[in-house]
Amino acid sequence: MTLPYKKRKIDQALARQRQSGSEASITIEIGDGAAIPRTDDPGLYSAWKFVMIATPALLLFLTTYDYLASALLLVWPEAGWGREVIEKWAIAENNTFRRFFVFMPDGFLVTFQVTVYGICVALALGVLTGLGRISKIKALNLTASIYVEVVRGIPLFVQLFYIYYAVARFVPVPPMTAAISALGFCYGAYMGEVVRGGIEAIDRGQREAAMSLGFTPFQTMYHVILPQAMRTILPPIGNEFIALLKDSSLISVVAVPDIMRRGREFASTDYSYFEVFTVVALIYLFVTLLLSKAVSLLEIKLSRYERR
Amino acid sequence: MNDVNGPIIVLSDVYKYFGAFAALTKISLAVDRGEKVVLVGPSGSGKSTLLRAVNRLETIDHGTITVKGRNIYDPKVNLNHLRTTMGMVFQGFNLFRHKTALENVTMAPRKVLKMPAREAEKRGLDLLHKVGIADKAGNYPGQLSGGQQQRVAIARALVMNPDIMLFDEPTSALDPEVTHEVLDVMVALAGEGMTMVVVTHEMGFARQVADRVIFMDQGQIIEEAPPAMFFENPSSERTRTFLRQILPF
Repeated sequence: MTLPYKKRKIDQALARQRQSGSEASITIEIGDGAAIPRTDDPGLYSAWKFVMIATPALLLFLTTYDYLASALLLVWPEAGWGREVIEKWAIAENNTFRRFFVFMPDGFLVTFQVTVYGICVALALGVLTGLGRISKIKALNLTASIYVEVVRGIPLFVQLFYIYYAVARFVPVPPMTAAISALGFCYGAYMGEVVRGGIEAIDRGQREAAMSLGFTPFQTMYHVILPQAMRTILPPIGNEFIALLKDSSLISVVAVPDIMRRGREFASTDYSYFEVFTVVALIYLFVTLLLSKAVSLLEIKLSRYERR
Repeated sequence: MNDVNGPIIVLSDVYKYFGAFAALTKISLAVDRGEKVVLVGPSGSGKSTLLRAVNRLETIDHGTITVKGRNIYDPKVNLNHLRTTMGMVFQGFNLFRHKTALENVTMAPRKVLKMPAREAEKRGLDLLHKVGIADKAGNYPGQLSGGQQQRVAIARALVMNPDIMLFDEPTSALDPEVTHEVLDVMVALAGEGMTMVVVTHEMGFARQVADRVIFMDQGQIIEEAPPAMFFENPSSERTRTFLRQILPF
């Protein structure tokens, strides 16, 4: 989560777009989050397709290799030199990959749940912050700016500890609440910058046209600016969603039973860290790539009224 | 309120600065109801700023502007309402890019006047018909040519039944071969008795339609005269120089 990089990227994208004067080509690129497999980037697109096939294939292989070994013994009973090894592989109870794979789904659900709630909180905070950041009302602007600066200056890990352990001295915070509010609070600041960037990217003429028709500033924002900003904003928000999903692995330290936590619990009993975290990594990878595909589809859909 | 009698727009002693740059200097101007005023001048002369000051898209630093007898800086005046009486057409069209042509036209009556959808659509289609692009009602701005977009923009500005139409270089962003599409609509509008203030480089339009042509340079009004006199026998040397530059004959 290197913010200066992120901000620079947004500013560059906006500057480029102001220069070219065309709204059609806006893409706000965000540093973290998975790379979006746009079809106009063939290298990345093929990489996406490759990993998208390889990941589930590898997962399938790892969770079923014992069956494959049994099958091998059936079709090749005279196997000489390797027989002992293959017999060992064929023992179902030895497949730790599968044992963990069937052990963890509830953890995955928790991860997903925290991500969705977290993004909702972040989105609400982000819109308020973004509007605050462009507000001409000094107090609002200052409040939003301070929030952004403070949150961006503190690592998410520290914020998480702070809410769960430090605040607990005054108000006990349940783990789930702590996790969701920490993620939402942190990502709200980043989201605020995305919202601000999206609003500022809208041509000044749109606001002027609305005002000249008698729209109030609120109506202008609500009916004209925000719907158009949404198109610019949604892909980076999708990206933040992906980044938040990945960062949600941190919440395992505050006793939320997410996939990461379940993995640590499982592995600590028999030290099967290799098997467990291979599966965890593959699952994160698969879901992340799936979501980044969804974001790229969203980008295409949202640009529909720009197509000729 | 001198709503009916007297000039519909009055600027008196208006100054506007961008930093140290004087965009408007000592501008006094009155436009009568039904009058067509064309503002010409080199770029940076302040003509667009003057036009935009009339509906307060640009705030002025000194002087007063009254529209229909009401000071537009009077805190008691409902600026949003006053703006609905002035339709504005921009150089860059500024159509709402996320709305179809028809929605662009119906949005203001629906959201500002709370007009029922069906009624607004009927009005919108009538106006699109009037500017000659009813067949493009369902298209998004991105799917329309510049001339078509500008005609939608005129329909959008007309939908609130304005008393005044302000045109800010409406044809400057268009290809030369389609400017007539837009100019034809403007000429027709002038024929209906609309009060119009037009910033343009189209001298043919000025000659044909204007009651008065105003030449501006460096934020000042240099000369104002009926088109015949303005083009044939301008009194100021600066006007003559300007006309020589833009009218090569």
